[in-house]
Amino acid sequence: MSFLRLEDLVKRFDGTVAVDRLSLSLDRGEMLALLGPSGSGKTTTLRLLAGFEVPDGGRVLVDGEDVTRLEPVARRFGMVFQHYALFPHLDAGDNVAFGLESLGVRGEELGERVARALALVDLAGFERRRISQLSGGQQQRVALARALAPEPRVLLLDEPLSNLDPTLRERTRREIRDVIRRVGITTILVTHEQDEAFDLGDRVAVLRQGRLEQTGTPDELYVTPANPFVASFVGRSSSLRVEVIGPSERGTRVRVGLAEWDLERTTSQPPLPPGPALMLVRPEALRLTAPGAGAVIATIRERRFVGPSALYTVVLEGGGAAIEIVAPQLAVRIGEQVGVMPSRRAGGGIHLFPDHLP
Amino acid sequence: MSGSRSARIGAAGLLLLLLWLIVYPLVLVLIEGLREPAGWTLDYVRLFFQRPSEWQALWGSLFISLASVVLAAAIGLPLAFLLSRYELFGGRILGGLVALPAVLPPLVGVMAFLFLAGETGFVSLLVQRALNLENPPWQFQGPWAILLVHAYSMYVYFYLFGRAGLASLDLSQYEAAASLGAGRWRTLRRVVLPQLYPSLAGAAILTFMSSLASFSAPYIFGGGYRVMTTQIVATRLNGENELAMVETISLTILALLALWLLRGTHAPDNPAGGRKGVAPARIPLRHPLTRRLLTGFAWVFAGVLLLPHLTLLLVSFVPLGTWTTEPLPPAYTVENYLALVRDPVRVRPLLNSLWLATVATALAVSLALLGGMLSARRRLRGGLIEGLMALPWAVPGTVFAIALAAAFSVHAPFAGRFILVGTVWILPLAYLVRNLPITSRAIFAGFRALDPSLEEASASLGAGRARTLRRVILPLLRPALVAGASLAFVTAFGDFVTSIMLYTYDTRPISLEILSSLRQSDVGVAAAYGVVLMLVSATVFALGAERGSGG
Repeated sequence: MSFLRLEDLVKRFDGTVAVDRLSLSLDRGEMLALLGPSGSGKTTTLRLLAGFEVPDGGRVLVDGEDVTRLEPVARRFGMVFQHYALFPHLDAGDNVAFGLESLGVRGEELGERVARALALVDLAGFERRRISQLSGGQQQRVALARALAPEPRVLLLDEPLSNLDPTLRERTRREIRDVIRRVGITTILVTHEQDEAFDLGDRVAVLRQGRLEQTGTPDELYVTPANPFVASFVGRSSSLRVEVIGPSERGTRVRVGLAEWDLERTTSQPPLPPGPALMLVRPEALRLTAPGAGAVIATIRERRFVGPSALYTVVLEGGGAAIEIVAPQLAVRIGEQVGVMPSRRAGGGIHLFPDHLP
Repeated sequence: MSGSRSARIGAAGLLLLLLWLIVYPLVLVLIEGLREPAGWTLDYVRLFFQRPSEWQALWGSLFISLASVVLAAAIGLPLAFLLSRYELFGGRILGGLVALPAVLPPLVGVMAFLFLAGETGFVSLLVQRALNLENPPWQFQGPWAILLVHAYSMYVYFYLFGRAGLASLDLSQYEAAASLGAGRWRTLRRVVLPQLYPSLAGAAILTFMSSLASFSAPYIFGGGYRVMTTQIVATRLNGENELAMVETISLTILALLALWLLRGTHAPDNPAGGRKGVAPARIPLRHPLTRRLLTGFAWVFAGVLLLPHLTLLLVSFVPLGTWTTEPLPPAYTVENYLALVRDPVRVRPLLNSLWLATVATALAVSLALLGGMLSARRRLRGGLIEGLMALPWAVPGTVFAIALAAAFSVHAPFAGRFILVGTVWILPLAYLVRNLPITSRAIFAGFRALDPSLEEASASLGAGRARTLRRVILPLLRPALVAGASLAFVTAFGDFVTSIMLYTYDTRPISLEILSSLRQSDVGVAAAYGVVLMLVSATVFALGAERGSGG
């Protein structure tokens, strides 16, 4: 049975629905990342879990106990805030002790547990440091130690890395992951950075406009996105309008511009009926060729250096879609005409969806 | 959480209290000005408009206020530029000295000018001797005397706000202007002044409102010159109560009109601090002569600014009736100070002011804190509570004194009116109303600067409301609380304008004792009281500055 369950959570603010019938469940010790653009309701979801907001509908269950209306004080959920919310007038040790004191921990035991929590985040001996004397990464770890010290049932992280500069982020991300794994606490993390979500989450839940679009492991989201939003939000992709001609031996035959491509069926969705469709392509799923049979004619518009290969932006013939393609560094110039074909192992890189978007 | 039941009841209760204490008395003034026993009437309004003296007083108030703004700006702004842009000898000390007029409560400042430039004043006597005149060279009376006192005590607003504005300008702005080929004047006109505008507008509003509400200077130096604040008191003494109400309404309208005209310009919350970026370094003056001249000028000016303080100090050591025509007092004594401690009649006002100001400040801080918690935090009727608490600032003290006197001299419990006039409770109440804008402004700003997630963090760590308040909110609000409370205490401790209308013999505060000592020509004791007030103000300001900068 799952340890933490969100059942049909609904939250409205002044008529707009911030969280729309959201259901999720986590096993004990699992780490779930809530991923979505700003305004997708992920932070509201976290605040509903922490008890700072009361849902307009639905329930939150921990270990079978309904905590939906429980005050934050009584909930025993640890939270790491986006800007850490460390108490500036208390030193690092007193910050960590704050939650333990609420539990009535006093004296020697208090000191020991504070020291243990700080050691856990690799800040042993930092008890008497003032918050202002700590670097951003250290503040972040004190915030984590403070949240973990009272041994909460669930840990909530609100954009834990957004305040760090990029060079620090990756390292801190690893540290957070290691600490949480060691403690084995059930964790929900909110982020708008997919790298963060993929790296920290056992599973990732993609939210849009308060609704759950898809939940799955990072691989599942990348290879079998449930809809165009997930496909475009997770990983890089370009979209273009195509026409489905019908099933073929390998999968589906589609018309792209003046060319026809035979695509492997990759996504688990049912085959599309003939007619217009939306195609989402990962940059690595297409290749550049000489203009010729089976290729769509395109013009190179931009080339960006990304190491051993280059990221080309090409405009397909007949106007319209600009798409991105990763290909080896070629001797092509901006403005030159090339052909575009699916890679031989396009595999999970091309997705077809019904074209019901305007 | 934002709408918990007890919080909502608390907000409603606070709102009712504020309406009763602040709005209701003002409404009663309006009613009393428009009513006679038989019913509604416009007779008193007509009377008001028919009397030339009323028009004179209204015009006098407006003229004094506008002229005070101009004069205060003319002194304060150049000083702000001089001291923040140029490297002068002893610039830091000068910067502090120049703000010293702020430590003189209005009545004390007026008294100092009386000793300095009044008919038998220090400077007047010197001039009279030097020129061998039979009579004092001038009569320190009328609009120019009032304006001089105003300019002296209010240029500090322009000086402090101007300095804060200049300090918040990033060095790169000057560099950018220079790299774009702008000379010193063009930079000043196109870059510096436009960005100073909000600070200057704030200073102008403060000066205008303070001048409009000013009572001590016109009361002592007005002579025959009429302004509305003194006119109201005179009319009331004449027993023309309804006319006094109409006058009060006219002064309120004038104040609100001025605020409305200057709406949208806000004084910075903390004129003394809060700079961003790199403040420009002071410009060293290359030419030694310029440097010496400017330094000399600044020091002489600072010396002149200190004359009132020094005079006050000097007079406070003069035995009763010994100093008549000599340029310096022939004898000195500490008797005047001893009298403040020994003579029960003299001790009483000190103790009165102490407890009145303490009670009023404690109440104002508690209400502002409650208001801050309810509205700044939980968004419960936030705008309304904050607006009501700020309202007394927009209304001259005389108006509130009249309003409170009108509201609380009648026993009608069901109409929310009780007889408090003549009891010890009316003055703390009046001080409280006058203190609310000061404390609430500081405390609301403190709440706004407080990250709401700190409280959430506290809750998620299992701390209840009381523990969150005690361990997180109050410690972090301490600078704001100290700032608000100290300013409020100083204002109440030296209050004259409301006290003169509401005091009883048993609750007479220091300011009234100063006035009666002056009337009895007991100038030494009056000056000693003044020095006490000055020192209390200075101590509180110094403490506030230290706390403010210390975090």
